[in-house]
Amino acid sequence: MGFSIQQLVAVGVFLLAIFVGVPLLINATGRWDFYFTLTSVALLAIASAGVWLTFYIGRINIGQGAFALIGAYVSAILVVKSGLSFWISLPAAGLFAGLIAVLIGLPILRLRGVYFAMITLVLTQVVTLTALALPITNGAKGISNIPLPSGVSIFGIPLIPDFGAMENTKLAFYLTACILMVVTYAALYRLVNSRLGHLCRSMQQNEELASSIGVNIAYIRVVIFAISSFFGGIGGAMFGSIAQSVYPSTFVVADSVNFMLNCFLGGLGYVFGPILGTLVLYFGWDLLFELGKYQMLVYSMILIAVIRFLPNGLLSIRFGKGNNK
Amino acid sequence: MSALIQVNNVTKKYGGLIANNDISFDVSENEILSVIGPNGAGKSTLFKMISSFTPTTSGEVLYRGERISNLKPHVVARKGIVRTFQETTIFKSMTVRESVVVAQHLRAKASLAGYFWGSKTAKEDVTAFGEYADELLEFLGMSEIANELASNLPQGNLRALGIAIGLATDPKVLLLDEPFAGMNHDETMNMVNLVRSVRDERGVTVMLVEHDMPAVMNISDRIVVLNFGEKIAEGTPSEIQNNEKVIEAYLGSADDEIGM
Repeated sequence: MGFSIQQLVAVGVFLLAIFVGVPLLINATGRWDFYFTLTSVALLAIASAGVWLTFYIGRINIGQGAFALIGAYVSAILVVKSGLSFWISLPAAGLFAGLIAVLIGLPILRLRGVYFAMITLVLTQVVTLTALALPITNGAKGISNIPLPSGVSIFGIPLIPDFGAMENTKLAFYLTACILMVVTYAALYRLVNSRLGHLCRSMQQNEELASSIGVNIAYIRVVIFAISSFFGGIGGAMFGSIAQSVYPSTFVVADSVNFMLNCFLGGLGYVFGPILGTLVLYFGWDLLFELGKYQMLVYSMILIAVIRFLPNGLLSIRFGKGNNK
Repeated sequence: MSALIQVNNVTKKYGGLIANNDISFDVSENEILSVIGPNGAGKSTLFKMISSFTPTTSGEVLYRGERISNLKPHVVARKGIVRTFQETTIFKSMTVRESVVVAQHLRAKASLAGYFWGSKTAKEDVTAFGEYADELLEFLGMSEIANELASNLPQGNLRALGIAIGLATDPKVLLLDEPFAGMNHDETMNMVNLVRSVRDERGVTVMLVEHDMPAVMNISDRIVVLNFGEKIAEGTPSEIQNNEKVIEAYLGSADDEIGM
């Protein structure tokens, strides 16, 4: 499919901004702490992409924290206990989260609307409690002192440098997170605009009619939920690696709710909505820190106002009531 | 002619309520068969069982000798037996053309992964779907509203859209659920001609559930009449019009008309 010049320019500017603009700006201002903030935003945006995808088949997913936590633990266990390279544990974490999603999704994806949402809301708590109980996850103590990602080289050609030997791991993590985010959203965009995406849209709008035209709705639901959770696992694994530790409380129910809010805020009709939503929500919360005990009050009032007056999300200001960007 | 679809002793019970009791009839290839009956006669339930949207309690439905009841709806659709719905069941935020394109997905030659990576076959599919959608919409006289959102369409067009979506799947048998409901005389006659041309020009066998008697008599090759879940008659329109049981079911027997 063709892209308009405007779209190409917009994507170009965005890439330039995150890969060149932000590092230059941070260098100039000396606000190194922003690297960590923006890295978090990028990783949370990856997990939010998954939530957005489940919205695309008409399911409200408030359980992404569960899969992020699963991803974080799988990666941590593989790196610490099996001594695998982080770069192998990362896809493994995504795949494992996807596999769990298939097992959980098979029964629960039959539910719709608020019933599905309620079940997913419980999932995060279930995974947290499981992490507390299992020996391999080390209970409440969690897994700490996770080594930084090691280098990767093929035939002596270094592909990825050793993070442990770096002076500035913040920049390295930031760039890694941004690359992952760009790849995730490129994949999401392709998926939504390919046949699978069209079938998802048909299911989102009317499952009965979709099955009457021969769409295997049960199968597609599970595939989409698995891909969604794959994103969650990847985001979580990367998070654990940056924090160099994973605890049962690394991702809690509130995180799952935030992943969902990121999608709402950005706009469910726009593939790139969750990126903006995550950025605004993350920074919005921090900016309101000054308000002290009123932080939550003001924050929630703003959210309610946004949902009331911009039901199609922030991106609808720019793009009107349009479809997928 | 051998039967394309055989409905064999199909019964459906919802708890103690018998929606369909021991219904049997055959549908021949290329015919237009209507199922009629008063409200609550079990017509829609019968359609749901033929398209596997609901399982039978007992009995079975065969398509070319192969069982199609008690399966999943998409499996039956893939065999070529496709149902349409009443007007509220549409893809609301898709345009007419998008709906017709997405309904062709069964004809896709490329895999889902092929679409993701944009393989050559996938691109050919996309072009072919678009061309067929345009052709189909022209055939149905819907070219002018091709780019309208489904949610903006008036009722009459929605019904046609439902048929367009059904036809886009390239069905062998099309089950139409009340295609003439809520239409005035002219609209009904247009729809009758449309359904007939679907059969004549596309070789699709048509079954329909309908209340509109003049339209049913006009369009049907044969009619099956249900009353209180039982089949009470089967035959050509003229046979049905003169069938005493049918007249009784629709008008009530003379005994009921006390004081009239």
